[in-house]
Amino acid sequence: MRKKLLFKKGNEAIAEAAILAGCRFYAGYPITPQNEIPEYMARRMPEAGGVFIQAESEIASINMVYGASAAGVRAMTSSSSPGISLMQEAISFLAGAELPAVIVNIQRGGPGLGNITASQGDYFQAVKGGGHGDYRCLVYSPFNLQESWDLTMLAFDKADEYRIPVMLLGDGVIGQMMEPFRPTKYVRPRLPKKDWIVNGCKGRAPRVIRSLCMGPGELEQKNYDLCKKYDAIRKKEVIFDEHNVDDAGLVVVAFGVAARIALSAVKELREQGRKVGLFRPVTLFPFPEKRIAEMARKGKRFMVVEMNAGQMVEDVRLAVSGASGVTFYGRPGGVVFTPEELYKKIKAEYSRKK
Amino acid sequence: MEKTFARPRSLKTVPFRYCPGCGHSLIHRLIAECIDELGIREKVVGIAPVGCAVFSYDYFNFDILESAHGRPPAVATALKRVMPQKIIFSYQGDGDLAAIGTSEIIHAAARGENISVFFVNNANYGMTGGQMAPTTILGQRTTTTPGGRSAATEGYPLRVSELLATIEGASFIQRVSLDTYGEVTAAKSAISRAFRGQMEGRGFSLVEILSPCPTDWGFSPKASLEWIRTAMKKVYPTGVMKDRDKGI
Repeated sequence: MRKKLLFKKGNEAIAEAAILAGCRFYAGYPITPQNEIPEYMARRMPEAGGVFIQAESEIASINMVYGASAAGVRAMTSSSSPGISLMQEAISFLAGAELPAVIVNIQRGGPGLGNITASQGDYFQAVKGGGHGDYRCLVYSPFNLQESWDLTMLAFDKADEYRIPVMLLGDGVIGQMMEPFRPTKYVRPRLPKKDWIVNGCKGRAPRVIRSLCMGPGELEQKNYDLCKKYDAIRKKEVIFDEHNVDDAGLVVVAFGVAARIALSAVKELREQGRKVGLFRPVTLFPFPEKRIAEMARKGKRFMVVEMNAGQMVEDVRLAVSGASGVTFYGRPGGVVFTPEELYKKIKAEYSRKK
Repeated sequence: MEKTFARPRSLKTVPFRYCPGCGHSLIHRLIAECIDELGIREKVVGIAPVGCAVFSYDYFNFDILESAHGRPPAVATALKRVMPQKIIFSYQGDGDLAAIGTSEIIHAAARGENISVFFVNNANYGMTGGQMAPTTILGQRTTTTPGGRSAATEGYPLRVSELLATIEGASFIQRVSLDTYGEVTAAKSAISRAFRGQMEGRGFSLVEILSPCPTDWGFSPKASLEWIRTAMKKVYPTGVMKDRDKGI
């Protein structure tokens, strides 16, 4: 029997996957290019018996998610770059209070109001914290709608497993494009019981959910506890994808839509017999640094390609740690490069004398 | 002999560490008494604000969720929507509710969220050392208005209850005070009324409580109550600002 495919817009695929993964609370605020998510949720969430709220701001949206999550409900919000900036305080609070949440960022060009086209300018914000204090978000970067679907479902599981905010870092292309994909069924894994929620203290001692730690040494200990969690994530949750890297002299490193465009260019160069490969981090935190270091030790050179002025390239350089060469090509300001453009750039880099 | 006055079950058996003469401990007690009397302790989730009352979780003997500064109404909205059978209240100061959180409180009221809000107005930022709040009255000296608040440079005090009473989604708004025994009794009735309204599904309610802050005001506890009576109440008259059921 042929497997049935779904044909949906990227934003709607994310919203439907969230519902199927048991998301029963969504709050959001209009901003392009992610508006189909709240619009879809407004229709679909009541059918699923969940709660949809169009909030007065992104600040309110993410704080509503904080409240719903504290009650034990799978909760999500979505926005685009400027709106995600507004949410950073609450994302830090979610991390501090150890509350699970899923945050979708359909990135647009920045800084400031920027524009509404696809960009990868929020890599630093997503991966390095964004808000105040020592914390991390698990960050997934889908490069097609199949991954948008699957990673959205995974995001809810990992948020619950580790009690952390998880970010799905898409962009205007991922949000707006349509393509067929396999609607993988959601299978709920075994997850720890939510024995920390605040829902009235009937039959148990009262609970407090907080991030304020004023006792001597209390906050330092809390940070060490968070670090243990992040170390476990670094060990267990790294996901990456490779194309023809084994014999490649030059490995193109790209994530999300940039990787998808780069893949076309890399395939074409391969057909011409040029030994070029593609390495694609799917988790941006945790970053697949070990694999990159391993390739660097084998003498492979790297060319990082991003739709920004150079952000992930810093993590690639850290992973390579001087063992090999790293160059960068990027287009900031919401410019999506063409496969031809990347073909020329990668070919030139490949042919360049070391 | 029958015991007629005891610590409410909704308060933990620990002494309050608020400043002498501070209104928070009294307000905590009034809320705890109302929760006991309504028999809802095991259904309540309270939201602790940023400010002195963040420590309310040390005293309240029921579930508490801490919130970012100004955001309790958004957090309460979600808690109530996902748990409609539970009783949700937020406890907020004037910096929290009347400055940084004006957007959240206005829109929670406009949506008619079925939550109860207890708004403590002590006309300054207590925890950070007594800076000017939106509720600081004209002429009042604070650490950021050393010459007294001037309308020309700092504008006018914000009357939150009157403002929220204009919103259709609000069902019950009352301003009370802690300066006399009679006012304290009225404050307790208003708090109870806010909880009962929520239990009956009547929608958004807010009780504004004029509360003494002797440490930051630089007055004795007794003189602080006197200042509420002679200065604060002129700007913030007590009374019911909105009662949808009674057509007020």
